[in-house]
Amino acid sequence: MDKTVADLAAAVAGIEDGMVLMIGGFGGAGAPIELIHALIDRFKATGSPKNLTVVNNNAGNGRIGIAAMIDAGMVAKMICSFPRSADPRAFTEKYLAGEIALEVVPQGTLAERIRAGGAGIPAFYTPTSFGTDLAKGKPVAEFEGRPYVQERWLKADVALLKAELADTQGNLTYRKAARNFSPLMAAAAAVTVVQATKVVEPGGIDPEAVITPGIFVTRVVEVADARQEEALMREGAAYA
Amino acid sequence: MTEKLSNAQIAWRAAQDIEDEAYVNLGIGFPEMVAKFQPPGRQAIFHTENGILNFGESPAAGEEDWDLINAGKKAVTLKPGAAFFNHADSFAMVRGGHLDVAILGAYEVAENGDLANWSTGPKGIPAVGGAMDLVHGAKRVAVITDHVTKDGRPKLVKHCTLPLTGLACVTRVYTSLAVIDIEGGRFVLREKLPGLSLEQLQAVTGAELVIAGTVADLVAPEVS
Repeated sequence: MDKTVADLAAAVAGIEDGMVLMIGGFGGAGAPIELIHALIDRFKATGSPKNLTVVNNNAGNGRIGIAAMIDAGMVAKMICSFPRSADPRAFTEKYLAGEIALEVVPQGTLAERIRAGGAGIPAFYTPTSFGTDLAKGKPVAEFEGRPYVQERWLKADVALLKAELADTQGNLTYRKAARNFSPLMAAAAAVTVVQATKVVEPGGIDPEAVITPGIFVTRVVEVADARQEEALMREGAAYA
Repeated sequence: MTEKLSNAQIAWRAAQDIEDEAYVNLGIGFPEMVAKFQPPGRQAIFHTENGILNFGESPAAGEEDWDLINAGKKAVTLKPGAAFFNHADSFAMVRGGHLDVAILGAYEVAENGDLANWSTGPKGIPAVGGAMDLVHGAKRVAVITDHVTKDGRPKLVKHCTLPLTGLACVTRVYTSLAVIDIEGGRFVLREKLPGLSLEQLQAVTGAELVIAGTVADLVAPEVS
């Protein structure tokens, strides 16, 4: 079994208009910048993919990554917990102009919806958001005398993730707090595409250290010189 | 109003109630300051929503590793015994009742413990982050806040007027003037600035302050 592909263009192949895309990362930690930029390259060359729904904790920062996708006009809707950042201009402009939709989800509920999507659990109950504006219209039930809100699973057509190590069978490790949503998204997407800073042969990762088992991973591309989104931001980088 | 505690002094006071070895989440912004004022000999273990337990102070400028950040996206360091975990596990720690204390900021706190701290109303772009999760599950949910708004209106109120973060979730409020417990749907006054009369404090509080037992002096050292 070999899930590696030759280059970034091959890694992001098959992402079509209207798809739901989960993109790993919390702030800059774990953001798969090179995969995102490869997708922007394809959009600029072919006009596709567009009308995407993007799931991420945030809604882009500065002029790179998800913010650059939004600027390019590829994103129709964001599902996130916190559409603010150091430089949220890209999302803010489109949102205020009515050109992008927003579904704001409490952060722990967002994580659990993705986890449920990957685990085959269509709905679950959480205390989070009970009695607030974000629970409006959702079923409520009482368990052991306390009220809980029903939330539904969240699944995606494709997940774009950044790993530290991958083996050719798709087993993954992550770097520090760059892990965040990625193990959940890997399971919740029909196709999971991973950029890894280093790709090794099977056996090259201690099974005790595997964070995401390869069964959840579809394609792996090595990006040895991967950049960190926050570091790029601080250099004032723009992808356009 | 003659005097009030600074934000650092409010954070200092809140820190005095955190036990040794407690698992603690500090909200983004002002609450992060509480970590600085742990009493000597006590070591709380701090949790951050994005997936770290037992993180430490910010590194020196130039030493940042941007894969090692807290929920406020500030660079942090690790203490011995630190752990990384994914977001579902992180919020299992929150909702599952595994944290001892969560300390949050507030726009308004109602006498029944309702909290409003995520939205100032329909204007602007809604952004909630982990606020609605953090108010459920921690054994104690404390708020640190100025006693009144910038234009002098009470932040401790009968009913919240801003969009709610959670219902009946706050257990204690540390303000610039007082320490107040929420018990049985009432504000119970525990400590107040010694130079402040009960009448003066009641005048800037939007619901009745109940006296149950001794009201101690709220005294904090000069800290920053």
